This record gives sequence, C-alpha cells and structure tokens, in this order.
Amino acid sequence: MGVASHASRRRDVVDTVLGFARTLRVAGVGASPDRVEAMLAAVAALDVLDATDVYWSGRLTLCAGPDDLERYDSAFAAYFGGESPRPVPPAPREVQRTVTTAPLDPGPGEGDGDTPPEMSGQASADEVLRHRDVAELTGAEREQLRRLFALLTPAAPMRLSRRRRPGPHGAVHASRTVRRALRDGGEVTRLLHRRARPRPRRVVLLVDVSGSMSPYADALLRFAHAAVRAHPAVTEVFTVGTRLTRVTRELRLRDPDKALAASGSAIPDWSGGTRLGEVLKAFLDRWGQRGTARGAIVVVCSDGWERGGTDVLAGQMERLQRLAHAVVWVNPHKGREGYQPLTGGMQAALPSVDHFVAGHSLAAFQELAGVIQRA
Amino acid sequence: MSETTVLPVPGADGAFGGPDELAAALETTGYLPDEGLATAAFLALAMHRPLFLEGEAGVGKTALARALAEVTGRPLYRLQCYEGLEASQALYDWDFGRQLLHLRAAEAAHATADTETLEASLYDRRFLLARPLLQALEDSPSVLLVDEVDRADDEFEAFLLEVLSDFTISIPELGTVRAQTPPLVVLTSNRTREVHDALKRRCLYHWLAHPDFDREVAILRRRLPDVTERLTREVARATAKLRTLDLLKPPGVAEAMDWATALHTLGARDLDPDVAARTLGAVLKYREDTDRVHAMARGALFGGG
Repeated sequence: MGVASHASRRRDVVDTVLGFARTLRVAGVGASPDRVEAMLAAVAALDVLDATDVYWSGRLTLCAGPDDLERYDSAFAAYFGGESPRPVPPAPREVQRTVTTAPLDPGPGEGDGDTPPEMSGQASADEVLRHRDVAELTGAEREQLRRLFALLTPAAPMRLSRRRRPGPHGAVHASRTVRRALRDGGEVTRLLHRRARPRPRRVVLLVDVSGSMSPYADALLRFAHAAVRAHPAVTEVFTVGTRLTRVTRELRLRDPDKALAASGSAIPDWSGGTRLGEVLKAFLDRWGQRGTARGAIVVVCSDGWERGGTDVLAGQMERLQRLAHAVVWVNPHKGREGYQPLTGGMQAALPSVDHFVAGHSLAAFQELAGVIQRA
Repeated sequence: MSETTVLPVPGADGAFGGPDELAAALETTGYLPDEGLATAAFLALAMHRPLFLEGEAGVGKTALARALAEVTGRPLYRLQCYEGLEASQALYDWDFGRQLLHLRAAEAAHATADTETLEASLYDRRFLLARPLLQALEDSPSVLLVDEVDRADDEFEAFLLEVLSDFTISIPELGTVRAQTPPLVVLTSNRTREVHDALKRRCLYHWLAHPDFDREVAILRRRLPDVTERLTREVARATAKLRTLDLLKPPGVAEAMDWATALHTLGARDLDPDVAARTLGAVLKYREDTDRVHAMARGALFGGG
C-alpha cells in the first residue's frame, strides 16, 4: 500500500469516527473531542476493519456511564448499519419519550390576564406573598415570587467526617507534633491536636411532578434549584411521576429560569400519573441503597396520591428510613386549614417519616429549609 | 531527573498481539473475561490509559487487576479507598519517628554544626514511607488497583486526577518521581456515587455485567474444580434465576462461588431444595430477600435438572 493511499485511508477512518461521534451526541451521549481522540487511538490499536473492534473501541472511550450504553448501541447500529455486535441483546424496554417542553408555569391568559403588572406597596406585598398559597397566585404574583425565591439560600446540615483538621483539642496529631519537634531541635515542646472536620450532609430531594402536584411543581423545583446552587456537591434532585428522572445536572445552571427549562425538558412524565411506590423503589435500587440515600436527609415533596397499591409505598418508605439520616415529607396541602392526611399514600408513608411539613408558600419553604438544616 | 514524554505506542507492551491473546493469557490464571473486558484490558495496556470498571458488587472487578498483574508479571499495588483517605495514606509520608531518632543520634555524635547537611540528611529517601501510588510509580512497570474509588471523597478524586494525568509525583523535599513506564491502572467503582466526569474522561470506561450462564459455569468450574459439574450447573442456574427476581442485592459471581462451596462442604452432589434453603445465607444478604425466596415455591427455583 502506498503512502498516499495509507493517508487517505487514515482520513477515512477519522471522518467516519467524527461522523459517528456526531450521531452519538444527537443520541444524547456527550462524546467530547478528547474522548473522540481516545477512540481514534483505540481503533488504531485494534483492527479498523473489524466491526467488533470498532464497537468496543468506541464503547470503551466514548461512554461515561451505564445510561450511555443503550444509546451507544442503538447509535452504533444506526450509523454503521446492521446489528450492534453486543454479545447480550438488551431486553426490550419502554420507548423513551422525548418531551420538548414542559409547562413550568400556567402562562398568561386563563383568567389572570387582567391583573395589574405593577404592584403598589412593594414591601408589604412581598410580606403578603410569602404566606400566599403558590397554587392560587396570578401571573404577576408568580413573577414577583420568583425574585423572592432567588434570595432563598438553604443552609446545609452538617455531619462529622473521617477527615481531620488541626484543632486546639482532640486526638494528638503525631506527624505535626514531630514536625514541630524537628524544628525545635528534636525537643517535643508542645503537643498538637487534631479533630474531625465537619462536612455538609447530603440532601436528596424527590419532587413529585404528577398532575395533582402541578400547581406546586414549579415552586418546588425553584426551591430545589436554590438548594442545588447553595451546595452543588451534596445535593441531589430527582423528579417522581410515572418514572424517576435525575435533574441535578440541569438544576446546576446558575439562572433559575434556564435551569427549570432544562430540567423541564429532561422530565418525560410531567403532569402525568403517580406511581410513588414503584418510583421510590427505582430510586432506592438505582441510587439510594448504593449510597445516595445513606446518611442523607431525604425530602419527599408529594401530596401522597398513589395510583398503585400503597403496600409497595409503605415497604419502600420503611426501607428509605433505614438508609437515610432523616426523612422529611413535604405536602403542600398540609398548609390548608383543616387538612387531614387521609390519602392512602400519605397513610402508608407517615409511619416512616421523621418530619411532616407544609410546602405551599414561600414562608413554608423557608421553614422547610430550617427543618432540613436541623434534621 | 530527566524529562521523558511517554507517547502511547500501540502494542508497545509487546507481550500481547490483541485482545484474544490477552484473554487466552488471563484464562490460564483462572480469570475468564468476555470479549469486551478483554478488549478493554488490552487497550488499557496498549494506550497507557487507566481502566475504569463499574458494575455490581461481586462481578470480578478487583479480581481482574490481580489476574492482569499475574499475566503481565508486574507487581500489584492496591489502594483501597474510603471516606477521609488523605494524600499521606495514598502517596507518601515521612517517617517522623525515625527522623527524630536520626536527629538525636546526630546530636549525640556532635554532628549538628552544619545545619544544611543535617537537614538534607533528615529528608533522605530512607525516611520516606512510600504508599501505594508512589510505590506503583517507583516500581515501574506495575499494576495499580484503585479500589472502590467512589468511596473516597471528592477532594481525593481531584488529587488522583492530578497523579493519573502525567504519572508523576513531586515531593517538595526530594524532587519529582516519574514512572518510566506508566503503570497499568485499574479503577473500580460500585457506583455508590457519581464519579466526576473529569476523572472518567481520562479513562477507558467499562461496565461489567453479570456473566451469562455458560461463562458462569466455566468460572465456577475453574475456581472450584472439586465441586461436581451437576451441582455447578444447578447453582449457576439458580443464581441466574435469583438475579431476575428483583432482589435488594442480586447475587454476584462471588456469592455463587460461596454458595457452591457451602453446598460442597455439606456434601451435596446436587442442589436439593432442603440443602439449598439451609445455605441461602451464602447468596442472599438481606432478610427481605431471604423471606421472599423462602415464600416462593421451592420447586420454582431449585427444581428441574
């Protein structure tokens, strides 16, 4: 083979791989340029003409998690034609519905179009708004409340970690003591100490986005956004409906509206039904038991309407309480006067709940932030 | 210390021509990889990239590192991660006690006049305690196993990233240690938390699933040659069945092995329902799971030939 043809073949491989990476990105696998470079190196180390080798060199370098694998397989099949040479065919799954946008607010019209855009007496209006039920707000009031939400900075609950830091008392810090002694000519003049360093405890928010919760979902996600922004490393947010969706990544965006729009398009089951028990089980199987819920403060935001049987929910709540440091249940309806937790789901869940709080107004959310901090 | 850049030369390791050859070599040590894992391990060797293995507990992530060390003839250094793991436990630490003794000895010999020499003698290599990461770089080429990296906290992850990106460690008092050949790094994670993307990007990613029936039988046969073939097949079949039951903790290969050993120890030649029920503690580790399986019709799980 001549030099020219060798070079052209190399170019073919590069073009093919780049095209494949583009297909993958469309499919939702973030094949970044450095990963693509790694795939080219991997293909070079194997056989370019062997479909299996190409499959594995791409899968090993471009994928970053189990979620990527299925998308990778279908993109591979689509791009290179024929079946992906994956040894075990994946079990047929429910087709993932791509949802374009989700109604994050009711929008103008529908009865509240004639509200005055400007409110007089800003300070007192703010004060009143803090206690108003978010479900009964007009468009302009919602706008106002959004600005107030931006001021919410939930403080993280703390726990002691295994990491140590120098301190005035506690166990003797041998290496620092001896190092000091070396400086003093080998004489131990003073004992130095160390003690456990406090670290923020993990907070997990499970937000119900089913139809019955839709008046509150926007406010709850705004609260979640404030929590994620305050402590991005130790806060996880999932939405619960007919399926479980992790929206932590989307909520890390700085701008609340962009973050909510991003998570809105990530949630496929917006305003649908609720299968609280099953989705909670999915959360515990996939995340909770592995570590996300261990020692964490888990906040479930739901009205407790359960379409499935309540046995599953009761069992999973018990399991959750065994794993978590504290379980907080936020029910927006609790803010209403004369509320009784009568729904089957609520009845099933309450025995395993440590703190049962309302979540219908900004003031209630501030209270919730306090409960989380002290839990 | 000379500056050498190590370029990833495919096949530079010399020993293995392709994934199949590596798979055959691994099989001689008793580790039976599937095609994907063999390719992953081969590429990790050829491209000098760390191999990031994720999967359920007990699917053989740690065992792979041991097998790779055996077939490449390299020493294995293992760093077990846990919360609060610090650089002094992963990289190096000064042996302060011995330094102090050295200082006292120098005093006794009245050799403390020249402070500069004294200080240089204090921070000598012999007073340095090498921990796994430094050991793996010094004893090059080697295999470095960073086990359960998801258990360490994020500070440690950032620090690991720094070491893995250029395989050098700088010790302020001594200088820079650079691996002549980058070690073969195997990172394992049970996915108790999401490991940072920046770390994953530098690695080859492989998701290790439970083996299929035939491979599991082969693994069990290889590891437990004394157990009868019939019992092995029945244990593999029952374990596969248990994995489909949506249990809190589906059994891995390690549990299947424990179970077969337990049954063999009791003198069982096949999986009869009574013995199976009595030894269920070897495969199932949650009371809820055990209750569920006990409640099932025994024939459904352990029956059939």
